[in-house]
This record gives sequence, structure tokens and C-alpha cells, in this order.
Amino acid sequence: MMSSTITLDFVLRQGAFTLEVRERLEARVVALFGPSGAGKTTVLESIAGLRRPDEGVIEIGSNRLVDTSIGLALPPHQRRVGYVPQDLALFPHLDVRRNILFSAVDGTGPDFDAVVALLEIGEMLVREVGELSGGERQRVALARALVAAPALLLLDEPLAALDRPLRERVLPYLIRIRDEFSIPMIYVSHDPAEVNAIADWVLVLDQGRVVRRGPAA
Amino acid sequence: MSGDLLLISARTVGLAALATALMLPPGIALAWLLARRRFPGQALVETLVSLPLVLPPVATGLVLLQLLGRRGPLGSLLSDFGVEVLFTWKAVVVAMAVMGLPLLVRSARAGFEQTDRRFEQIAATLGAPPLRVFLSVSLPLCRRGVLAGALLGFSRALGEFGATILVAGSLPSTRTIAVGIYNATVIGDDATAFSLLLVSAGLAFGALFLSNRFATQSTPVGPS
Repeated sequence: MMSSTITLDFVLRQGAFTLEVRERLEARVVALFGPSGAGKTTVLESIAGLRRPDEGVIEIGSNRLVDTSIGLALPPHQRRVGYVPQDLALFPHLDVRRNILFSAVDGTGPDFDAVVALLEIGEMLVREVGELSGGERQRVALARALVAAPALLLLDEPLAALDRPLRERVLPYLIRIRDEFSIPMIYVSHDPAEVNAIADWVLVLDQGRVVRRGPAA
Repeated sequence: MSGDLLLISARTVGLAALATALMLPPGIALAWLLARRRFPGQALVETLVSLPLVLPPVATGLVLLQLLGRRGPLGSLLSDFGVEVLFTWKAVVVAMAVMGLPLLVRSARAGFEQTDRRFEQIAATLGAPPLRVFLSVSLPLCRRGVLAGALLGFSRALGEFGATILVAGSLPSTRTIAVGIYNATVIGDDATAFSLLLVSAGLAFGALFLSNRFATQSTPVGPS
């Protein structure tokens, strides 16, 4: 899974804004960098299937998710793309355990117990999501996405809502996910230190275009 | 007379409950469609669903009479299966359901609209197909709107008169509280009329009270 190439070759127009991405990504963790409004979240949502490119191809390994030339756009539930949005969107009507198990219907994903142990959320399982702190919510959202056995994990500013000490506590969990599950990730961030700690490839996005690309420092 | 009173009251509550059960599946489906999808003819569907709210109930009753009559499109189909609807308790249920449906749809629709689509989108990325998203995310998150709507529809069904009197008449076997009040008043039986009035007011008060409680507690649900 580690070596699956991610092909992003698409154009998406929204009013006056045009997003154009033409990348073949081989890295384990790709950081997506750029000012707000550059289109970072739109890239993630196009891959997750929540937005539909006007033209182009999106592929994970040999699995074609979008190919507008043949009218293909897999619905989100058939993509196996884990998406942890900035607002996390934990289900407010389910407790922590049922949030995490929401996706684990066929049992093909990383083992529930392994994920719970890795992210150290065992003691939160019976709590309501409203009772969790920011860092705990972040870890629960990560666990929920992992248990769905994604072929690619999309993280939208996973640490932005946390203060610095908390970031330093959550970041190691992200590195553990990278190393233990070898799931490729696309990681949106503003923080160079964070990017250097976790990513091995960086794309800089500005006004809907990739203006720089290269290995992380 | 008090035996009659009890029978009429029990019948009204039972039939209104059945009518509520009958309106729930199409009502929830319509509410979801109107809140979540854009489709051609949407404004038309929206208006049609709300029509019984503003049409004179007897006019709605007349439409039902035509539909369910032996020569009507629905009535002829049903009578092929040996089902007679008009002037039976079934007609009462249909009249109640049609009159209650707009209230259910309005409230449930508001519930869906207040619920952030985000949860449904994320549920889909977690591998849940649309029906599972609906049953395990959309519906539970707007349950208060649906409940409030079901109680409103039930309250409306309890008081249904105009459509009922046309499609079910005032037979001893179909008489509801509303029809009973009318009957008793016409024949000058004030005692019965006022007893039924009290029962009716009590039931309506209780149902509305509960409905309002659900409606006011259904605060907008946003991403957490």
C-alpha cells in the first residue's frame, strides 16, 4: 500500500475560482501547504468524493476514483478514502465507541483494538463525544477514519485547533499512524515544523494551483 | 351515553395513531427530499403537499371521495382486491393522514434542514451507503423534528372533521370526536357535545404540548 501512486490530474471550477492540480505522488505523507482560500480543502474533498471535478482523473494506485472522460465518479462510500475534516464531524448522537465502530462493518480494517491502543483512547470509549477535549476528539476522529480501512487518509489541519502543548502531544500519534499502518496520507497544514516532522513531500498551493513542490526539509 | 363517549374517544385516538403511522413513511421521505435534494418540479411537490393546510377540508374530502370511490382510480383498484374504503374506519384513517401530512412534512423538513450535511458526507466517506447514512445518521439527528411533526400530525388527525364527514359519514362505526360534537350539537344533545369537547381539548392540549417541547428542544445540530 505504501508504494501506491496517487494521481491527481483534474480541474474543478467554482464561480471565479479554478482549482487545477496535476500531480503524481509517490510519497508516504504529502503535505499540502498554502494560504487560506488556496483550495487545499477543495483538493481533499475532490479526492474524498464530496466535490466533483469538472474534468480529469483521480487515482489511488490502480483504483480509478474519477475519470470524467468516461463519466466515472465513484460515490464517497465506494472510495475507501478516509477523510478527517477540520471540524471532525464526530457524530453527536453516538458515544465514542460507536463513532469509531461506525465504519467497521466488514471487519477488514485495521483491528479496532490495535487502533484504540495506538491512539490511547481505551478509557474514552464509553464517553459521549461532547465530553471530550480537543485533543481527544482529534484522536477519536482519526481512529474512526482508520477503522474504515482507507487506502488513503486525508487530514485537514489536524492540529490547527489545538494549542501548542497539545499539538506536541497529538503529533506523535499521527507519526505512529504513518509508521504502523503504512497508509499514505495527504496532510493539510500551516505549520512548517509540523510538516517537517511528518511529511516527506510538500506541495504549495496558491490560488488553485500548485506553485511549488519538493521534498520536506 | 358515557359508554359511547369512551368508545368514540378511544376510536378517535386509535385511528389518529394509525393515520400517524400511515403518514410517517411518505412524510419523512418527502421531508428529506425537499430538504436535501433539488429536483425538477420541486416547487410543485412542495405546494401540493401543503395544499391540505389551506384548502377547505371538505374540498380535500371531495378529492378523496373521487379517488376512493368505486369508479375512482384508487377505489376501483382496491375493490378489485375486495377492499372497501369509503364509509369505513379506513376512510377516516386516510382523511386524517392526508390532513396531518403537511404538518409532519413541514416540521420534519425543518429538522433535516437544521442538521448539518457534514455528518452525512463524512458518514459516506466512512463507507456507509446512502440508505445506511439515512437510517443511522440523518434520521437520528433530526428525530426531534420528526417527533414534533408526528405529534402535530397526530393532533391535526384528532380534530379532523371536514374531510372525514365526506368520506366516512357519521355512522356509529366511523364516528370520531369531531363528528360526534357536530352530531350531538345538531340534535341538541349539549351534554354529549360538551363532554366530547372536553375530551377533545384535553387530547389536543397534551399532543400540542409535547410537540412544542420537542420542537423547541431541537436546537440546530452543527459539526462538533
